Amino acid sequence: MKAGVLAIVVCGILIAVSFSGCMETTPPVTEKVLIFACSGDAVKLDPADVTDGESTGRTDSIFEGLVEYKEGTAEIQPCLATSWVPSADGKNITFNLRHDVKFHDNTTFNADAVVFSFERQYNTSHPYNKYGLWQYWGWMFTDISKVEKIDNYTVKIVLSRSNAAMMTSLAMFTVAIVSPTNAELWKGDAFKHPCGTGPFKFVEWVQDDHITLKAFKDYWRGAPKIDKIIYRVMTDPSARLLAIKAGDIQGMEFPDPSSFNSIRADDKLQLLTKEGMTVGYLAINNGYGYNDSNKNGVHDQNEPWIKTPGYFKPLTNRSVRQAINCAINKTSIVKNLYKDSAIVAINGMPPFMLGWNGSINDYPYDPARARELLAEAGYANGFDTTLWVMKQGRPYMADPPKVAEAIQSYLAAVNITVNIVQLDWSTYLNKAYNGEFQLCLLGWTGDNGDPDNFMNPLYGANACGLGVAGNYAFYNNTKVQDLFTAALQTYNTSERAQLYKDAQGIMHEDAPFVFLAHANQNLVFTKNVQGFVLNPTGRYFFYPVDLT
Amino acid sequence: MARKRETKTHELIRRFRYNKSAVFGLILILFLVFIAIFAPFIAPQDPTPSPPQLENSLKPGFWSNESIPGYPLGTDMLGRDVLSRIIHGSRTSLTIGFIAVGIATALGILIGVAAGYYGGWIDNVLMRITDILFAFPSLLLAIVIVAVIGQGLDKAMIAIGIEYSPQMARVMRGSVLYIKEMEYIEAQKAIGSSNTRIIFRHVLPNSLSPVIVYGTLMMAGAILDAAALGFLGLGAQPPSPEWGAMLSESRFYIVSGSWWAATFPGIAIIIAVLGLNLLGDGLRDILDPRLKE
Amino acid sequence: MKWYIIKRLLQIIPVVLGVTLIAFSLIHLAPGDPVITMLGQHATQHEIDEARAKFGLNQPLYIQYFIWLSDVLHGDLGRSIISHEQVTIEIGSRFPNTIELAIAAMIFAILIGVIAGIVSATKQYSVADYSVMGVALFGISMPVFWLGIMLMMIFGVFLGWLPIGGRIDLMIPFNSITGFMVFDSIITGNGAALISVLRHLILPAIALGTIPMAIIARTTRSSMLEILRQDFIRTERAKGLSERKVIYKHAIRNAMVPVVTVIGLNFGLLLSGAILTETVFSWPGVGRLIVDSVYDRDYPLVIGCILVFALVFVIVNLITDLLYTYIDPRIHYD
Repeated sequence: MKAGVLAIVVCGILIAVSFSGCMETTPPVTEKVLIFACSGDAVKLDPADVTDGESTGRTDSIFEGLVEYKEGTAEIQPCLATSWVPSADGKNITFNLRHDVKFHDNTTFNADAVVFSFERQYNTSHPYNKYGLWQYWGWMFTDISKVEKIDNYTVKIVLSRSNAAMMTSLAMFTVAIVSPTNAELWKGDAFKHPCGTGPFKFVEWVQDDHITLKAFKDYWRGAPKIDKIIYRVMTDPSARLLAIKAGDIQGMEFPDPSSFNSIRADDKLQLLTKEGMTVGYLAINNGYGYNDSNKNGVHDQNEPWIKTPGYFKPLTNRSVRQAINCAINKTSIVKNLYKDSAIVAINGMPPFMLGWNGSINDYPYDPARARELLAEAGYANGFDTTLWVMKQGRPYMADPPKVAEAIQSYLAAVNITVNIVQLDWSTYLNKAYNGEFQLCLLGWTGDNGDPDNFMNPLYGANACGLGVAGNYAFYNNTKVQDLFTAALQTYNTSERAQLYKDAQGIMHEDAPFVFLAHANQNLVFTKNVQGFVLNPTGRYFFYPVDLT
Repeated sequence: MARKRETKTHELIRRFRYNKSAVFGLILILFLVFIAIFAPFIAPQDPTPSPPQLENSLKPGFWSNESIPGYPLGTDMLGRDVLSRIIHGSRTSLTIGFIAVGIATALGILIGVAAGYYGGWIDNVLMRITDILFAFPSLLLAIVIVAVIGQGLDKAMIAIGIEYSPQMARVMRGSVLYIKEMEYIEAQKAIGSSNTRIIFRHVLPNSLSPVIVYGTLMMAGAILDAAALGFLGLGAQPPSPEWGAMLSESRFYIVSGSWWAATFPGIAIIIAVLGLNLLGDGLRDILDPRLKE
Repeated sequence: MKWYIIKRLLQIIPVVLGVTLIAFSLIHLAPGDPVITMLGQHATQHEIDEARAKFGLNQPLYIQYFIWLSDVLHGDLGRSIISHEQVTIEIGSRFPNTIELAIAAMIFAILIGVIAGIVSATKQYSVADYSVMGVALFGISMPVFWLGIMLMMIFGVFLGWLPIGGRIDLMIPFNSITGFMVFDSIITGNGAALISVLRHLILPAIALGTIPMAIIARTTRSSMLEILRQDFIRTERAKGLSERKVIYKHAIRNAMVPVVTVIGLNFGLLLSGAILTETVFSWPGVGRLIVDSVYDRDYPLVIGCILVFALVFVIVNLITDLLYTYIDPRIHYD
């Protein structure tokens, strides 16, 4: 019967095609290509205008800064600057720049490029200033008042006051050096056409699909060992896992903790894991922010505190926030949702950081106490509130929606009814900057190993600027901010430590957040990927990597 | 021979009993309705325990010796019993199906009767509007409506109701057009009955059978669409045990071996939709074989 | 006939306009300031200035509609809030992926559906008939996203035969010419790519095509049954034609008429189903784009997608209508 024959032929084709995958279909590979699967796409490829790990994951292969981190640490070593000399008062640092370094567009790296990269961020009358938001500058670099060119290979960075973390901050992506020629060529679209001095140069960006980089043959340290990196967007963690098991990709980020056993049992894969310099938290909207009208990243006297768009009266009450802390079983969340790939967070930064306060007793998991506190505050019958959460996994939280549902359930037990709203990553961040939520889940990966990098942008009152905030709880305790500012201005480590400890004490009482966990950093690679070293900052450095 | 003349109802019931698919479909639906009504008594566990028992996370069901007694189909990532959530989820699905079809029928009757009975430019305008709504593939329309009015179970109900109203409107209009031609309507007009009276006492009751048939079939579609919206995160919100949402929450754990939390809710959807399709098909055969066109 | 085509074309114009009206009004129905709606909370000042000038946001609504409509007709659908890329490019780059998926699904649905329907009708009341109809009934009762997940689970995870995400193994060098990957890999003679693309296409195509397949099977069956009962078939049999010839020459050809209609009418199912299938298989198509953009409140992108989907749907319906009128000798043009 014709129909029957046809059906058999069709089935035959289907089977043949599916089995053909088991055979060698890839042509003999002469190129070393590393395909790395990410949970989301980059937001922008201009390292100075991004705040998220997806973007920096890509830009760190393309750009470099004056200094960089030593492999596997947050200690700095020379990079585009060969040496530097601070002035006696610590307020000027003069850098000698490296010669014979080229950008990917073949222009020469020199002092002009350094000045351009910095100036477009802080100088509001710079012609390229309008092309970006430069948030990280406002969070971390406002102490830089000027960057001057001394000669073609010497620059001077002028600080308005001493800053103990500035040198290590210079290794951050925010102050990576970009090609001025390229910026002129692309103007407002430069964030899509990155050009730096790093080991890999940009080839293409197919939105939501992949970003391809290829080896920069003229890299000043010598060309990298791999020829191409493809950052592939695979939002589905099971798709990532299946792909790496099948050998379709060679690396992936954010494996779901429930799959660790399966990965460890697979001898074609390696699970790289390390203590994370991270914190994952539930941010409670404490109520007030300010408009940073002069854009100096500091809350000035003439900038009054105004209610955030997400202002919600019950949450502005300290007892309510303490109640929320008592209602959530962090240990259970870390054990069952993080599957023990994290430690419970008591303070806003991990225990190995300078100044971590070990004598603080965390709020116990005690729903009865929570109900008491709520009743004291006048909310014996609880209230309704909204919790925002992002869809994608982050370094500090592999499955945010599940954590959100768990919190919803814990709070329901103390009569707080939570409605969950899920948003995609960049929208989520934008709205968080503006304080539009009542409760939200977020976190942070340390950028430079210095406690200031956790405390100031996350918990300082200066970081409550509406629209550019990094302090997502809008915790505007100025006393705490003063402690942070003082801690940054002295170079005496035990003094700094004490100031941070005092600050954490106050923060514990005020309970602006519920600190959930310090998650480990986890990456999965196939066994043939050698040389990748996890960095505590969570950034990906592919230059030393080889495919064997 | 003295055989009593069967009343219409008796005839319908007899035809129903002989139609296997209708009977089977009805049984499935009654089963689901029963489960939905008595859910709190039937379900072994609380579908959304508060505070959560996270330590029960991703335990398998009766087929494995790692299972927990009292959780026959296993647990999801948050330690909640899959079977209990499916049972409670039947309430959500049946409610959405019912209300969405209710909205669609109400709107459909309004539009369809007005268009069919009054005809003329009213008909033209209304049919153009339904044409525009028909220009959107069904689920897309629901998604668009949700994009505007927001996410959530109630909003999803409204969106799906609006999505099916053009179809219902067309059915009603067709039915009205057919009936309008009938003699006794002419007669009613001749003796001066008001339009409203004619519509309510004659047109509507006679249009009942297509509404029942299509309503049942639409309810099947509504449940599928509600599950789709839930799956996309645009419908029922956590912690609601909606079948589509359950699928979406648990599908990422299949790859590490935990397949149960995503498989069973889908089977529940199939049972509900299958039952309604069987019932609808059967009703169509019984009430109006003409409608098969 | 020509006049009929023209008349139908004219008839869809108000529908298309209506669709654009709905799409446009979304900007204003959505809560909040339309500028923010169109540009996103965090637009740079540069973008806001450009927008205010371009859209004439202080003008009355109907003028804004016309400005917007003329932009659309010139191919400018604005920019995505998230990616800042032009909407036309965002949609354009993904469109071929959805079309290829839809075509693959349709081929699967028509092939299997028609064959199954014919087998079922010619062997009525047999085991084959009941099994085909049983499977078909399940097919229309199954949520497409569950089927997709089950297929992924069985063939991707448990058996490991087929990949579960993306369109192609990225290790294989590939030159994209038209954006239609199957087509491109054939014309560039890239065998490895073709096989990889097909392997990635199978599961989503089957998932997407199952419901249309079930409907086509059922329709083919009932249509065939009706034809087979008719007088002219009896005449052909009486004339001594072999059963096979009866079926092929006459029955099938006549039975296909309603099936063609059903295919066209089910195109909408394909489009809706594509939204779900693409989400499950991480397929880089317009369906997934629309879900992501609704989630993100990326209105320019939502509106662009709606316009594209609705327009494609209207055009396909029109073609189906015309095709139906053409091949069904019983219809007369009024």
